[in-house]
Amino acid sequence: MSSAITISGLVKNFGQTRALDGLDLEVATGEIHGFLGPNGAGKTTTIRILLGLLRHDGGSATLLGGDPWSEATELHRRLAYVPGDVMLWPNLTGGEVIDLLGKLRGGLDLAKKQRLIERFDLDPTKKGRTYSKGNRQKVALIAALSSDVELLILDEPTAGLDPLMEAEFRNTMDEDRDDGKTVLLASHILAEVEALCDRISIVRKGQIVESGTLAELRHLTRTTISAEVSQDPGPIAQLPWVHDLLLHDHKVDFEVDSDRLGEAVEILAPLGVRSLISHPPTLEELFMRHYRDGEAT
Amino acid sequence: MMGTLLGTGRLARFILRRDRLRLTIWVAVLALVPIGVANAFIELYPTEASRQELVLSVGASPALTALLGPVYDSSIGALTAWRVGTIISLLTGIMTVGTMIRHTREEEETGRRELLGSTVLGRHAPLLAALVVAIGTGLVLGVVVAAGMIGIGLPATGAFAFGLGLAGVATAFAGVGALAAQLTEGAGAARGIGIGIVGFSFLLRVAGDGAEASGLGWLSWLSPIGWFTRIRPFADEQWWVLLLWLALGTVVVVWAFAITARRDVGAGAFPPRPGQAMAGWGLRNEFGLAWRLQRGALFGWSVGLAAIGLVFGSVANSIGDLFAENPQLAEIFERFGGEEAITDVFFSVAVSIIALVASAYAIRAVLRLRVEEEGMRAEPVLATGVTRLGWSSSHLVFGLLGPAVMLSLAALVAGLAYGVAVGDVGGEIWRALGSALAQLPAVWVLTGVAMALYGLAPRLVAVSWAVLVSCLLLGQLGEILQLPQWALDLSPFTHIPLIPVEELEVLPLAVLLVIALALTGAGLVGFRRRDIQPG
Repeated sequence: MSSAITISGLVKNFGQTRALDGLDLEVATGEIHGFLGPNGAGKTTTIRILLGLLRHDGGSATLLGGDPWSEATELHRRLAYVPGDVMLWPNLTGGEVIDLLGKLRGGLDLAKKQRLIERFDLDPTKKGRTYSKGNRQKVALIAALSSDVELLILDEPTAGLDPLMEAEFRNTMDEDRDDGKTVLLASHILAEVEALCDRISIVRKGQIVESGTLAELRHLTRTTISAEVSQDPGPIAQLPWVHDLLLHDHKVDFEVDSDRLGEAVEILAPLGVRSLISHPPTLEELFMRHYRDGEAT
Repeated sequence: MMGTLLGTGRLARFILRRDRLRLTIWVAVLALVPIGVANAFIELYPTEASRQELVLSVGASPALTALLGPVYDSSIGALTAWRVGTIISLLTGIMTVGTMIRHTREEEETGRRELLGSTVLGRHAPLLAALVVAIGTGLVLGVVVAAGMIGIGLPATGAFAFGLGLAGVATAFAGVGALAAQLTEGAGAARGIGIGIVGFSFLLRVAGDGAEASGLGWLSWLSPIGWFTRIRPFADEQWWVLLLWLALGTVVVVWAFAITARRDVGAGAFPPRPGQAMAGWGLRNEFGLAWRLQRGALFGWSVGLAAIGLVFGSVANSIGDLFAENPQLAEIFERFGGEEAITDVFFSVAVSIIALVASAYAIRAVLRLRVEEEGMRAEPVLATGVTRLGWSSSHLVFGLLGPAVMLSLAALVAGLAYGVAVGDVGGEIWRALGSALAQLPAVWVLTGVAMALYGLAPRLVAVSWAVLVSCLLLGQLGEILQLPQWALDLSPFTHIPLIPVEELEVLPLAVLLVIALALTGAGLVGFRRRDIQPG
């Protein structure tokens, strides 16, 4: 079994609105897969179908080799889920909720639970209604991360966490990666996905628009170059493969397709380079490009 | 002070906008009841002589006096006020408390109040806006009823007393709701306190009017529902009684505002205490979770039903006292089957009231499923190894077994209270138990209705409450409104033999059980097939 999640042509309608419009997604066993998209793109709907909470209207979905709707309960014992909007029972304590969810899943690593409670600095004796959003999130995270499961499905898991706790979350994820757990991480926080994920799928309006490793995705896009040269940089403007050129005296900013990077350096070298900064596209730029292109069509 | 009330008008309009359908239905139903009953009395008792006869037989029946209050005059209006006064003030109280909690504590619990509070809105505006709407609804109801009564030819003075009485009931219970909303952090508990006080007021009136002969008549004067009888519409109106509602309303409203002024938004009167850091042995599966979520309400309702049983049992006993003091009366009733027959009638009516209250619990217990789903708390549980069937059964079990426990408890207490007095504890308890448990199949039909709606049409679960109120109105007023038999047959309670007055019949009970089973099954299957729909 090399695939933890296989989705093809998934369709889901809510009345007149089409939430998922032929979505394809492949998550390999053992990888941390970033599921990236703006609000309302269909991330949560996809996850809920995977959890058997919603029925799909078309296409197919396979989770851990089983059918997410008809084999829901058996599959749920092998996964843990952190919802995007964590709501707790007002009169149960955080500690009770962690234990309960663990028992309902069929087991909890008590030592890991204790470690995570300390790491995330959670007071487990407080009642659900007295927790802040961030603390509710911690309760759900600790419950999921201390379960002994193969697959973690996390829907915007760091929403509401402060930067310190976010860093703790990343550390924990790195450990889980080493344990061989598969993770589906839905998010719109790009830095988080960039730091954690092996592969990424970008979803927009119910369809996957791009999928691959960060390196592969970057390959498809342009590298930004900022340089200061001693001679007149004018000739650069003549080149057809230079995009978004900005000239200011001896300063020059432009973008090139990644496979033209070598040629760009050759053009710059004879002009007398005083400083040169080149950076690959950030995920943000990737994301914005897909989002903008989509809007235009 | 003006600053803290800023925005009240706008907020009140917003509440009306949200509740326009809910309040319209309430007012329409509550207004139709007295007008319909008055019309029925005009047809049924056209002559003064026939009405005199009715008043005499009612006045001689302590059971009827206990359940409906004393009758003061033989006019159509006075008879109508007597027949519908208690039930309509009870329902007005429930409507008013519901409106208050819905727009105060519930808004705080869900966090919506916080969103509003950050806008240009005074600290006291939300509470005042809810009061304006709740009391305003009572006034509108009063005016509509009064206009309707005048329209069918009843005297205007009495019609206004009746209408103002309803507004008075609404004012007092709006205050009660406002106060209850300040006490607990959870809206469910606040609603329980408020409606519990409405129910307690009803019991005080029953106890006072039923045990008048034992010198306990003053109990009715402690009850805002009892005051509705005491304003005596159409029978030498006592207008000063209006001041009682006004005084009670003012006191509790001032009290509620005093608490709001001091407490934090979202907080209750009692500071939250820390709890267990780890789940105990009981909290290990979905049934343990359901027990944690349901046990408070189960205990509260059980205590309430035991109290109803105690009042009914004791009142039945004081009916016996009445016969002992008045041999002439006893002689009259000997013709109807003697004292025992009269208490039997009383008990059978009392049991059907208890069954309706138990049904309300059953619906509430089942609809906890919807509360969990809407509150996004079903999702994390259903994403574990818990099956849909297991999760829905864990709450359904309370809707099935809860009423059985409560009916038994109420019957035990009533049987004990009455049995001790007549010196036959063993016999009376068994009689009461049998008569109470015979109601179970009808209660379970309502459990089934709630479950079927939840599984098949989750957005329409509130219809369960409409079904319950319809059963109440059909049972209490269906016959006097001369509704056709098929309409009366719609209520499952119509088919329950009134033990001990009637013989136990197995067939209707079996049919009701099958219907309850089918509805429950349909709900469970429907829920397994549908999407989880928060909101």
